[in-house]
Amino acid sequence: MSILGQAIDLVLSADAELGRIVGLSLRVSLTATLIASLFAIPMGAALAIWNFRFRQVLIVISTSLMALPPVVVGLMVYLLLSRAGPLGSYGILFTPAAMIIAQSVLIFPIVLALTREAILPLNRDYENLLNALNVSPTQRLKTLIWDARFAIVTALLAGFGRALAEVGAVIIVGGNIAGFTRVMTTTIALETSKGNLQLALALGIILLSIAFAINILIHWIGSFGRKYQVVR
Amino acid sequence: MRFITACCFLLFSTMTFAEDKFITIASTTSTQNSGLYDYLLPQFTKETGIDVRVVAVGTGQAIKIAKNGDADVLLVHHRSSEDAFVADGFGIDRRDVMYNDFVLVGPKDKANFENLEAALTTFSSSNDYTFVSRGDDSGTHKRERELWAAFNLSPQGDWYREIGAGMGAALNMSASIEAYTLSDRGTWLSFGNKGNLDIVAQGEDMLFNPYGIILVNPAKHPHVKIDMARQFSDWIISDRTQSIIGEFTLNGMQLFCPNANPEQNIDVICPSSVPKVD
Repeated sequence: MSILGQAIDLVLSADAELGRIVGLSLRVSLTATLIASLFAIPMGAALAIWNFRFRQVLIVISTSLMALPPVVVGLMVYLLLSRAGPLGSYGILFTPAAMIIAQSVLIFPIVLALTREAILPLNRDYENLLNALNVSPTQRLKTLIWDARFAIVTALLAGFGRALAEVGAVIIVGGNIAGFTRVMTTTIALETSKGNLQLALALGIILLSIAFAINILIHWIGSFGRKYQVVR
Repeated sequence: MRFITACCFLLFSTMTFAEDKFITIASTTSTQNSGLYDYLLPQFTKETGIDVRVVAVGTGQAIKIAKNGDADVLLVHHRSSEDAFVADGFGIDRRDVMYNDFVLVGPKDKANFENLEAALTTFSSSNDYTFVSRGDDSGTHKRERELWAAFNLSPQGDWYREIGAGMGAALNMSASIEAYTLSDRGTWLSFGNKGNLDIVAQGEDMLFNPYGIILVNPAKHPHVKIDMARQFSDWIISDRTQSIIGEFTLNGMQLFCPNANPEQNIDVICPSSVPKVD
């Protein structure tokens, strides 16, 4: 595989331009993960803890939204942020901020559903205890989120991985502008369209390495969490 | 938690307001993929301090972006769409910038065609050939449909594949399934995965491919940066920039021929079809 060999050479000879692209990818996806989790973690926990009207409906909707194609998210955010759209006057279309918004929307349902899954069994174990202690709803939420933190970190990493790997949304709302909104996935798409398959593959290798690192992290945190709980 | 929120807003705000002096250009993939912008725009930024953000999509989509007011300048290649854009009041001051030509590419050695008409007629009347169509409403796709119409042919059937993708994707596909496709010369020359493909028809009048620059009308979209946009338009048609465009080569081949100056004698067959000699 000579293409693979050349691709690896390209990765090893990474220049400043490539560094900027990787940096922006990480910055956009990390910020999107943080923003999505600010809303998704409390809401996911609430869905696991309390029974209220439309809870089942909300659960089904949020789970289905995990299958939302990035292109659709991109289009929705595009129409929202376009000058012809309701939020057009802010002029943030074709900026990293627009990409962050799109990715936040994209991974929100993922973090939400995985958080709910993590809290559900914990809530069953803790319910009687917390009822007996007569804690406030906020305290209950905090306790459960804190004790499910390892599983929630896994949820965050899953969301982050999804954000980092998607191309459909960021290419629409970011515009793939050189040196400004160009991230790894859009660069891969661009280089493939230019027929520069080696370079595209080289970037794919970097993306894969990051995904690999994330998975090692998930694995490590997961096993650490289990060990910690057994010791306690 | 408050710390995280603060971090988010900090990241968010620095990203949004990082730079003020910029214009956004909606343009075509052909100009971007050929590397023209990477070559040209740093010189403009150096001279004026204005950053240029290029959103490269198909001509049809670029026009839609400009119509929505999401760009300040439009630089595309489909004359009748450009004229309609201006006539509908969305754009002002259309100017010629440069041209090259379209080429019909396909597998080497498979067949020889006398001319473009013979090639397209053969494709539509035989099942031995496959034609890949962009199918994405780009300038190249619009031109391709005009060519079929000009020869009274209706492209339909299994041999005609509308892939709804960019020029590069169409070329990648043509290379891998031994198909024919219409490409602009700039993308073709800069394309890195030609495989067994070569030019099978070129040099006819109807393959002329002119690029024009249009300013988005500030009367329609008051927020557009008309002054900087005009500065860019003036710059790109200036004699100096025009000769810089003419000097842009890739592997010894000239990619674009400047034609902003009306006194210039325009050959319909683009000189970029022959290696440039100094």
